[in-house]
Amino acid sequence: MTLSISIRKQLGSFELDVSWEINNEFAVLFGHSGAGKSLTLQMIAGLIEPDQGVIKLDDLLFFDSASGKGLRPQDRRLGYVFQDLALFPHMTVQENILYGGCGISRTERLVRADNILRRFRIADLRDKLPAQISGGQKQRVALARALMRKPRVLLLDEPFSALDAAIRLEMVKLLKEVRHDFAIPVVMITHDLREARSLADRIFVYADGRIIRSVRPDEIILCPESGGVQDLLPSSIYRLQGHASALAFPYAGS
Amino acid sequence: MLDSQALSSLRLSLQVASVATLFIVFIGTAAAYLLAMRNFRGREVLDMFLTLPLVLPPTVTGYYLIILFGRNGLVGRPVFEATGWSVMFTWQAAVLASFVVALPLMVKTARAAIESVDKDLINASYTLGHSNLKTAVKVILPLAKKGLIAGAVLSFARAMGEFGATIMLAGNIPGKTDTMPIAIYSLAGSGEWSKAHAMVAVFTIISGLFLYIANRFGRRTI
Repeated sequence: MTLSISIRKQLGSFELDVSWEINNEFAVLFGHSGAGKSLTLQMIAGLIEPDQGVIKLDDLLFFDSASGKGLRPQDRRLGYVFQDLALFPHMTVQENILYGGCGISRTERLVRADNILRRFRIADLRDKLPAQISGGQKQRVALARALMRKPRVLLLDEPFSALDAAIRLEMVKLLKEVRHDFAIPVVMITHDLREARSLADRIFVYADGRIIRSVRPDEIILCPESGGVQDLLPSSIYRLQGHASALAFPYAGS
Repeated sequence: MLDSQALSSLRLSLQVASVATLFIVFIGTAAAYLLAMRNFRGREVLDMFLTLPLVLPPTVTGYYLIILFGRNGLVGRPVFEATGWSVMFTWQAAVLASFVVALPLMVKTARAAIESVDKDLINASYTLGHSNLKTAVKVILPLAKKGLIAGAVLSFARAMGEFGATIMLAGNIPGKTDTMPIAIYSLAGSGEWSKAHAMVAVFTIISGLFLYIANRFGRRTI
């Protein structure tokens, strides 16, 4: 499947204007806060409408400003893991996950939930409320819930930001397994370049509502002289080298 | 402590307030949901109209109700011509007056409670494929529950205490429309202080109890 977006949105003085396309790949959106990464995810999910543009999955139009056609968030069938996870606090772990199985028959939903609870090693927690489980466990529940409906696209908004290093590593592993099982486009926002490098097929670097770079993770590894995450961002390059020409990516296309 | 006449007034007040609150809970919650979740033209004007009885003198509210529901009223006349029945001077008129006067408390409290539900949770429900209605029933209302209960209890207490609009619309008919506040007014008017004392005391205790309950729920609203 191919997810392609080309969107513009004006919000006050901020303008988002990005276009990119991915196949069944793992794309990472990378950049400072306020660069428009979350906004991009929300538009793919249909929670915010672009002023102009097209969002489509293969030939299925999610949004098209020219024809006025589009799908409601409910009908896009994608998995969205929110930054704050958005687990329903009044539902147990199991209820949260079952709630993700919209449109699936009750029997099948129970079977799927059971499988996914065991698969994500959260079966023991099924009767607990979100407030009673740890951050890493909540993360698993949110991911499990997002996958219940067999989504066509998976969107992850900084899913691991609240976790400590050891659990992050475990989650990266889990996400790799999930990727293996679900051959679908995945779009993840992260601030952690190591995470991006270990998971991504493509990295889109956002700055001020634009994409300033699109790189493959191996391009980063190939350049040991880079200082790491900061070097992908223009503001840091200004700081490090003191002039605008440094915007030229030192290892672009290498 | 209370004689049979006072007990009948208490029973009538409870009956009127209960029926009014039942309507208030459904209509008030639906109105609050619209005001909180939908962005439509005239939203704040609708809020203003629903809230107006909170600040208008109840006699003014009662006056409008007579214009609308009186035997020659905009709604009252066709109803009377069709059925021969008018709501004026019935216990249902007391319900109508209490409903209109107490509704703003429900709408205000419920709107605030619904607006305080985390938007991400609502969006999560939409992205999981659930309709607006299902999201309202399964996510928004359960999470706003404490505010809704607080609003209902406050409305009940206000409905119990309704006097001005009630006396204009329902009058003061012993055994029929003399709710507690109206009975107390009559007793004070005719100098029957000892009976009035007892009713005032009972009424204060009941109202205080409801306020206490409303505060307890209101404070714990998420």
